[in-house]
Amino acid sequence: MAQIKLDQLAHSYYPNPATAEDFALKEMDYLWDDGGAYALLGPSGCGKTTLLNIISGLLVPSRGRILFDGEDVTRKTPEERNIAQVFQFPVIYDTMTVAQNLEFPLANRGVDRSEIRKRVDEMLDTLELSAKANRRAQRLTADEKQKISLGRGLVRYDVNAILFDEPLTVIDPHMKWQLRTKLKELHQRFAHTMIYVTHDQTEALTFADKVVVMYEGEVVQIGTPEELFERPDHTFVGYFIGSPGMNILPCEVNGNTAVVAGHTITLDAGYHAPPGARLELGVRPEFVRFASGDEGGVPVSIESIDNVGRHRIAKVQLAGYAMNIIVPEGQVLSSTDHRVVFDTRRCGIYADDHRLDATVAGQGMRHDY
Amino acid sequence: MITKTVNQKAWFLVLPVLLIVALNAIIPLMTVVNYSVQDTFSPGVFFFEGTKWYKDVLSSPRFHGALGRQFLYTAIILAIEIPLGVLVALAMPRKGPWVSVCLVLMALPLLIPWNVVGAMWNIFALPDIGLLGYGLNWLGFDYNYTQQPVSAWMTVVLMDVWHWTSLVVLLAYAGLSSIPDAYYQAAKIDGASSFAVFRYIQLPKMKRVLIIALLLRFMDSFMVYTEPFVLTGGGPGNSTTFLSIDLVKAAIGEFNLGIAAAMSILYFLMTLLVCWVFYTAMMRGEES
Repeated sequence: MAQIKLDQLAHSYYPNPATAEDFALKEMDYLWDDGGAYALLGPSGCGKTTLLNIISGLLVPSRGRILFDGEDVTRKTPEERNIAQVFQFPVIYDTMTVAQNLEFPLANRGVDRSEIRKRVDEMLDTLELSAKANRRAQRLTADEKQKISLGRGLVRYDVNAILFDEPLTVIDPHMKWQLRTKLKELHQRFAHTMIYVTHDQTEALTFADKVVVMYEGEVVQIGTPEELFERPDHTFVGYFIGSPGMNILPCEVNGNTAVVAGHTITLDAGYHAPPGARLELGVRPEFVRFASGDEGGVPVSIESIDNVGRHRIAKVQLAGYAMNIIVPEGQVLSSTDHRVVFDTRRCGIYADDHRLDATVAGQGMRHDY
Repeated sequence: MITKTVNQKAWFLVLPVLLIVALNAIIPLMTVVNYSVQDTFSPGVFFFEGTKWYKDVLSSPRFHGALGRQFLYTAIILAIEIPLGVLVALAMPRKGPWVSVCLVLMALPLLIPWNVVGAMWNIFALPDIGLLGYGLNWLGFDYNYTQQPVSAWMTVVLMDVWHWTSLVVLLAYAGLSSIPDAYYQAAKIDGASSFAVFRYIQLPKMKRVLIIALLLRFMDSFMVYTEPFVLTGGGPGNSTTFLSIDLVKAAIGEFNLGIAAAMSILYFLMTLLVCWVFYTAMMRGEES
């Protein structure tokens, strides 16, 4: 179990990277807590697997250092780092039985025979594979094989961290849920530092204490699921987390007012926009509602309304910009004259995709929600 | 009651295949069977002899000698080529520009016509002018494959190893390339030694292609003819006369058609039997 520190870490797959685009992973400095459950979330090609392989030691970073509990392990092998990793596709040793598969990492480390027996039996029990202990691993189903891959990591109690590279990709949906529950349970029991790579926000948000959102080789935000939802630091986070994602509207900002397509919205706080920056207003579909009666609002035209179960999602056009609005159950929409009101406490202003900090707490109007 | 429409016209579609198989396999084989149970003195005149030729062949020391040499040869070939092929495949680069260079180099011996291989080695190993023969004698080894059975055997085996190990290499390499990187990464993380990686990842993953390699090399070496025939002509004496060479001697050299036909049938059945044994053993191994 270890605390993991990334010190000015950057990686490029090219031998002599020149421009920022050459880097699969742009320079980053982070400190990850011992015993934390982290999820690396991002689209394909954002560098999350690269980062994972650097942490596990399968890849040596081009620049920077990586420290486990303050000790520099940048050039150490995965074995020396004492980490476990579970891959996207189950890796099992075909010719061995289930029990032998679990014994393998311990036997390679010269652990005592009786100790191996004890740990393997316990792990078989935990993974609910005891009945199949002496079966050839080759004959098992994909999720059982993935359990073995997982078990080979967990059977080593003293690992510094367990890394997962999209481990549930090949697993059936209902087994996914079971395995994820199992993972959480094991995390609570052993308190290993766990790092979990995925492109599935549900997986990330349910598994992790802290979600690390990556985009184009950069970590754009690290936060709890609530923080990512409530206060995305980057337009990508807003767009990637949530269903549907955050509405992003180009705007102009002047103190505590934002002008979107000629309509002035009074914000909750004042902002000082850097000159020349591309400004956008971000608001989640949950925090926009249709205005009723004469309370004003910005006129929109409705394109379609999808019923997704407990609520409906209205796709609307606001002066040419597409937006999604979540319409709560039971709300009746008038047939004409659609206007929307923004919950200004939940609006963010983004300059070149990064969230601006409010400079002055404003006295903007508050809507009752 | 269910009535089934039977359309017999479909049989016509199978006809071309039947014709081809009849022409290239069944008819020649039946001709051989025919010869193996009859004696003939002039075209069109046949006497039924029953199992006489089979008894003659099976009790002849000449046949026993050829058969023994054949099994010894095949055993030596397999014992050298399979492990050597695997070793070379393991040593070949998995990535980078050298991959194609190695693959082309490996494929080269396979592209050379068999009789050319024989002719090349014939000259290469000549003790007075060949590089190998002259070189060995210059180094102080008494080597002359045209006169010494041991030298002849060494040369024949060496030639086959040179010619066919590539096939095993290419098959084993294909098996190795199909192993996903994750297996090696997982093995690293599990702290496996390089022998353990070979024993528990590479060998099991190569098993299927190695079975194919083993079967192909068995059949080819068991039926070997051209290369040793061009190199040694079966000599010195009978020391490198393998089954196929002996067969051709009997059929074309001595015109003993009955003996040759009976030998052919026995030879065919042996190949079939050994292949079947191989196949069942492998499949059984696969299942357990």
